[in-house]
Amino acid sequence: MGLFLLKAVLFMGIPPIKFGRLLKQIRFIGLQSVVVILLTGAFSGMVLGFQGFYSLSRFGSDAFLGPMVGLALIKELGPVITALMVTGRAGSAISAEIGIMRMSEQIDALELMGLNPYRYLVVPNFLAAMVSLPLLTAIFDVVGIFGGYLIGGKLLGVGAGTYFGEMANYVEMKDIMEGIYKSFSFGVIIVWVCCFKGYYAGIFTGFGSEGVSRATTQAVVLSSVLILVWDYFMTSILF
Amino acid sequence: MIQIENLHKSFDGNEVFKGCSFEIPKGFITALIGKSGCGKSVLLKHVAGLMRPERGRIVVDGEEMGSARGKALTALRNRLGFLFQGGALFDSMNVFENVAFPLREKTRLSRHLIQTRVLRELDNVGLSGSEYKYPSQISGGMVKRAALARSLVGDPEIMLFDEPTTGLDPLTGQAIIELIDSCHRRLHFTGIIVTHEIARVSAIVDRIAMLHEGVIRAEGTPSEFFSSSDPVVRAYIGETA
Repeated sequence: MGLFLLKAVLFMGIPPIKFGRLLKQIRFIGLQSVVVILLTGAFSGMVLGFQGFYSLSRFGSDAFLGPMVGLALIKELGPVITALMVTGRAGSAISAEIGIMRMSEQIDALELMGLNPYRYLVVPNFLAAMVSLPLLTAIFDVVGIFGGYLIGGKLLGVGAGTYFGEMANYVEMKDIMEGIYKSFSFGVIIVWVCCFKGYYAGIFTGFGSEGVSRATTQAVVLSSVLILVWDYFMTSILF
Repeated sequence: MIQIENLHKSFDGNEVFKGCSFEIPKGFITALIGKSGCGKSVLLKHVAGLMRPERGRIVVDGEEMGSARGKALTALRNRLGFLFQGGALFDSMNVFENVAFPLREKTRLSRHLIQTRVLRELDNVGLSGSEYKYPSQISGGMVKRAALARSLVGDPEIMLFDEPTTGLDPLTGQAIIELIDSCHRRLHFTGIIVTHEIARVSAIVDRIAMLHEGVIRAEGTPSEFFSSSDPVVRAYIGETA
């Protein structure tokens, strides 16, 4: 897997980049995930608003609901939940697509045309994920923050000035950058694992449709676990 | 010319090739026959450079496939066409896009020229009118024709056919064989056809080679092959008659 990642990074740096395929993958990974992200972001924020208000109320600190929701989403929940949603939606599809191409010899056909399968199948997905994940995370965070205000402010009585004002006081640029670094690295993890599992379906996972299904399952599970593990290490490095 | 010299290869301890050697002169087509699972398709993949031998050499027009890398391998593959058993069409592209793909990616031809060449190639294989259908929307025979058009659109010097008629009805299979013959007459490529249909292809090939237990058991012109007294050859001809 390490060699696969190295090759992908190498070919990212060597032109030409397949822009048509890149745009198509940005649309698939990014644009078509927006609805899912809006929904999960909104409800995550709303749950945080509820839980946060009642937890902080015990200490008479409900005025700090805004910063609590903001920091939790920007530093942690936004990048992680976005990455897990994209893994389930786009990562599994990428793994299945490449796996089916492997099983039906389409990847061999690419090679025999004298074309590099990494340039067509792997590099566009890497670049698309590196562009899409931070943007999707930002959408998640914004929607989540407003979701938290919807509950905390409109329902439970925390004023807008208090909610957003305190958030502005306590959320710093370095918190936002931490979220961006995490989402960027999670994007790399998702496509690295999912492309690898699909590319080598049949070699490590058995043949036929069962092989593709195993590859897809392993891709999603491994991506999800690695996202959580890497999240811990990134948090400890950036903290 | 394609030369296979003393080829050895095994998978998980199972020896597939035990010193396989034969030669295909330039411009000739050779049918490669043998029992199912004897390694015919694996041999084809070695010639195409998709697999590498453990011992022995495969030399294509003076270049050794086993050690070719990077630009040298790409240059070799640019002269080669491969018809996969299942067609291996890109299923997210329609027939036109599949056939145009190698031209778009490897040449600087204009859109108009690419269109002209693709439509000409599709006409040659009898697929005019099916350009904008997807692989899932066409029959198995049409998939093979489209795949053949894609492999020929770059005017290859070497063509490898992996069981081009398997899974097709007799009439469609015969049409594919005749198509291969007409393309060979037009392009004069050097070719290997992996097939079970020895009787049908014998009319269009220059030589027949039989792979048996990891080596070439028999090789010759179709008439030499059919008059062979080798018991294994006679048994194979008898089974496939």
